[in-house]
Amino acid sequence: MSEEHLPIQLRTEALEQLLVEAGLVDPTVMDKFISTYANDVGPLNGAKVVAKAWTDPAYKERLLAEGTSAIAELGFKGPQGEHIVVLENTDDVHNVVVCTLCSCYPWPVLGLPPSWYKDPAYRSRVVREPRAVLHEMGLDLAADVDVKVWDSSSEVRFFVLPQRPAGTESLSEEELSGLVTRDAMVGVALVGAP
Amino acid sequence: MDGIADMGGTLGWGSAKPPKKDEPVFGEVWEGRAFALALLSMRTAGTNLDSFRHALDRQPREKYIDDGYYGRWLHAAELMLVESSIIAPDAVEQRTRKLLGQAVTEPERPEPHKPDYAPTAAGSLRQVDEPPRFAVGDRVRAKDISPPKHTRLVGYVRGHEGVVAAIQPSHLLPDTHATFEGENPQHVYSVAFDSHELWGADAEDFTLHIDLWDSYLEDAS
Repeated sequence: MSEEHLPIQLRTEALEQLLVEAGLVDPTVMDKFISTYANDVGPLNGAKVVAKAWTDPAYKERLLAEGTSAIAELGFKGPQGEHIVVLENTDDVHNVVVCTLCSCYPWPVLGLPPSWYKDPAYRSRVVREPRAVLHEMGLDLAADVDVKVWDSSSEVRFFVLPQRPAGTESLSEEELSGLVTRDAMVGVALVGAP
Repeated sequence: MDGIADMGGTLGWGSAKPPKKDEPVFGEVWEGRAFALALLSMRTAGTNLDSFRHALDRQPREKYIDDGYYGRWLHAAELMLVESSIIAPDAVEQRTRKLLGQAVTEPERPEPHKPDYAPTAAGSLRQVDEPPRFAVGDRVRAKDISPPKHTRLVGYVRGHEGVVAAIQPSHLLPDTHATFEGENPQHVYSVAFDSHELWGADAEDFTLHIDLWDSYLEDAS
C-alpha cells in the first residue's frame, strides 16, 4: 500500500459513502449533528449562565456549588456535560482550562472548541508556562494574581465564571450576556467593559 | 500511552495563537462531516468514548498533526471501524483513490466483529461503594509508570507529589474501558501540583490541577 498522503476531505467523503452505502449511517442524522453544533449549541449558552450569575446572587451560589444542575436550570445539558465544575475568577485568582490529552471541552455551555484550544502549542505549554502563553494570546495578568491551570483529564468539565467588568451596574442581564466571550469562559481573556 | 496525544509540557510547538473573532465552528465542510462520522462511528463500531480516544492516541504523527483536529477524528473513526470489521482495512484508501479518478479494486465488506462489550450505564460516572482512600489535604504521588495502552495519567505529572484538593465523582477507569477489559469504577481526585514540583525552581508560580484516578496514585504522606 502506498504511503502517499491522500486529501483528508476526500478520505472523509470516502468513509461517508462506504457507511451510507452499507446502510450504517444516515446522512440526515449527520446533518442534524452538524447543524446542532454549528448553530444551536455554542458560547451564547455559557454567556447566559455568566450574566445570570452576575445579576442573581442565589443563582451564582448554586452555580459554584453544583455547576451541572445550575446550568441545567437554563436548559443546557448533553454530551460532554456530564459533570461541570464552575471556577470563579476574582481579583486574586485567575483560572484557565486546558485538556492536554485531547481537547475535552464543556460542549453544552461553550459548543465545540475553537482552533487555539486544540492547537498543540496551547495544549503543551499552558500547563508549563501559563503566563507566557496568556501573554502570547493577549492577556497580561497582574503579578500578584494566583494562576490556577485545570487540565481536563477526567469527564469533569470546567467552566470559568469571569469577573464582571466595572461600570456595568446599569446593564440588563441580556446586555451583560452580550459582553461575555468564549475566551473569557475558558480563562484566556477578561470580559471588557462595553 | 506515551504517544503523540500526551502533549502536556512538551516543547517545540511554537507560540500560542491569539483567539480569532467569529471563527466558524467548522472551517471547512468536510470538518463537520468528519465530526459527525466520528460520533456515529462509535455506535456503528460498537465502541465507546475511551476507545475513540485510544484510537486517537495510536495515530502516527502525520495523521494526528497534519490533517488537524477533525482529520485525526476521521482517522480514529476509520481505525475503530476497521478493528470492528465494519470496513476492510484498505476500504477508505481504495474509495478515496476512486474519487481521485484512479482505477482501483475495492475490497469486499468483511463480516463485522464488534467488541464483546456493553456499558453498565450511560456516560462515565459510576458509583463506588468503598470510601475514598484519600481525603482532601492528603499528599499523594502520581505513579511513575508508562502504561502501554490508553491512560489518563499524563506523562508530566508522573513521579511528582501533589495535594488532594477535591474528591470528584467516581468514574469508570478509561484504561480498561478503552480496550473493553471492564469498567473498573474508581474514585477520582482533583490533585493540585505546585508548578515548581513539576517544572523546577525557575518555573512560573502557579498551581496545576488535574483529575487522577485512585489507581494512578500512591500515598506520599
